[in-house]
Amino acid sequence: MVLGWGEQTPFMNVVVCVKQIPDPADPGALNPDHTLKRDGKLILDESDSYGVEMALQLVDKAGEGEVTLVSMAPNGEVSGLRTALAMGAAKAILVSDDALKGAGALDTAKVLAAAIKRVEGADLVLAATESSDGYTGTVPEQIAAILDLPSITFAKSVEIADGTVKVKRQTEAGYDECEAPLPALVSVTAGVVEPRYPSFKGIMAAKSKPVDQLTVADLGLDAAIVGWAGAGQEIIAVEAAPEREAGDVIEDDGEAHLKIVEFLDGLKVL
Amino acid sequence: MALSKVWVHAELTPEGTVAPISLEILAKAREIADVVEVFTGSDGSAVAAAAGSNGASKVLATGDLSGKIQGVHVAAALAAAIEGGDAPDLIMAGTTYDGRDIAARLSVKLDKPVLTNNTDIDVSDGIVVSTQIFGGSQIVKTKFSAGGPAIALFRPKSFVAAEVGPEVMAEVVTIAVPDTGAAGMAKMLNRHVEETTGPKLDEAAVVVAGGRGLGEAAKFDLIEDLAKSLKGAPGASRAIVDAGWVPYSYQVGQTGKVVKPTVYIAAGISGATQHMVGMKGAKNIIAINKDPEAPIFGVADLGIVGDVHKVLPKLLEALQGR
Repeated sequence: MVLGWGEQTPFMNVVVCVKQIPDPADPGALNPDHTLKRDGKLILDESDSYGVEMALQLVDKAGEGEVTLVSMAPNGEVSGLRTALAMGAAKAILVSDDALKGAGALDTAKVLAAAIKRVEGADLVLAATESSDGYTGTVPEQIAAILDLPSITFAKSVEIADGTVKVKRQTEAGYDECEAPLPALVSVTAGVVEPRYPSFKGIMAAKSKPVDQLTVADLGLDAAIVGWAGAGQEIIAVEAAPEREAGDVIEDDGEAHLKIVEFLDGLKVL
Repeated sequence: MALSKVWVHAELTPEGTVAPISLEILAKAREIADVVEVFTGSDGSAVAAAAGSNGASKVLATGDLSGKIQGVHVAAALAAAIEGGDAPDLIMAGTTYDGRDIAARLSVKLDKPVLTNNTDIDVSDGIVVSTQIFGGSQIVKTKFSAGGPAIALFRPKSFVAAEVGPEVMAEVVTIAVPDTGAAGMAKMLNRHVEETTGPKLDEAAVVVAGGRGLGEAAKFDLIEDLAKSLKGAPGASRAIVDAGWVPYSYQVGQTGKVVKPTVYIAAGISGATQHMVGMKGAKNIIAINKDPEAPIFGVADLGIVGDVHKVLPKLLEALQGR
């Protein structure tokens, strides 16, 4: 893998892994083989808008460089990529291949890592901590492992200085100050930065920014090790979870707070 | 058909004790395997007593990693032990930050899949884990089919910790951490722990949580005051954490904490599926929201359709008067 060093040039080339997902506002549905339905338009995962924005700001601060997007999606989907390109990313690599149906986290990481390897001079790889439709939360670290990069996950702030990425890593009770030498991979939490809205100019420019569409074979990967074939898992059942029953719903007539006190009293928590 | 051997991640809290989630998973591991051992990215002595009294026979310890971010190092040590012939059938950890990092690195080293966010496991016919999707409305059962070891992460409070007996020390064995080169160079320089008073959010018997319906950050004081008067912990929806009203440590939900208190009061929270996943297990739920269609009313034992700005101050006053 050809990776540059941020300290020796004013350049900062950042690769951002982005996922294009079914609109979370629509109810989710499963295919007969229990995979998530991904037929309609797929939009940029909101979690990834933070990574894209962070990358744009880091490149801006460095003075020179560019943001390259990498995404794996079915049906040659580019809608989500165009949104990120409209924000200011320079170009994208999309991997789209029917052989990837049923892919699990590990093979997704293999595909994305192979795509990232094609980006010359990358100093930093950014990703969200988890996708908003899958929530597995291991793909960024798996990519780092495949690319043999140091990584810092769950970043709530990211800075670059002297060839080092400095991160405030979120913890359950606060944060840890961490650092790693570049090149590195960092996964970012929501709130790491406020994402910009694409401008009209950005949206128009995005239409002609390069999107390199690749298949599994283009990446030099064996179709037999990805998708359902490579997932190492099979879904054997999907069943409805036991539903929680709702109790009384009352309208506040100015005295509802007394009902709450009564309820709490009955539970002996007062 | 019990498994021969399971390894469980013994994660340390900032205070140096074994994390509750590790003890919960250890209890389940005991049910499904003949031999249970724990592994830790720390000095084994910190873990030996809790591991032993919760049923583990051995602690595989890397020793103190001196601030190095542990995922890559623990995974390398485990992979080396496995390559040396000591392979378990299954590796279990919490769906925590370090658990995810270790499992991810190990999955690549072993070229084996990892499944996270599981809430149950069954080994009667292969290794089958259960996870919930679509806001917890559907349970998906997935069987590992790539051969061992299977790598599975579990959500907090999926199981109940249970000591086997008093004061049993597990045997501590040091596992060598191979050199990981540049990939192992991420490190922690300083730890910052937020000052909190009152019970921990994921352990409190009463949780009072606020959401966007509060209107503005300053109104979160109502939540803090109410939590305090009930000797509970304040919590928050992801929306207001992302908006910066309260720190991430307050967040309840899919990407926040899982809570199972005696009472969960949701004020100004609509009940987005990813929030419900974090609190549906509460024994009793009270919801206050001005929208009668809010999904939270579908799970509340007592639902109040009303303005939180009117109900909460009156509730606080009534409680303080007792």
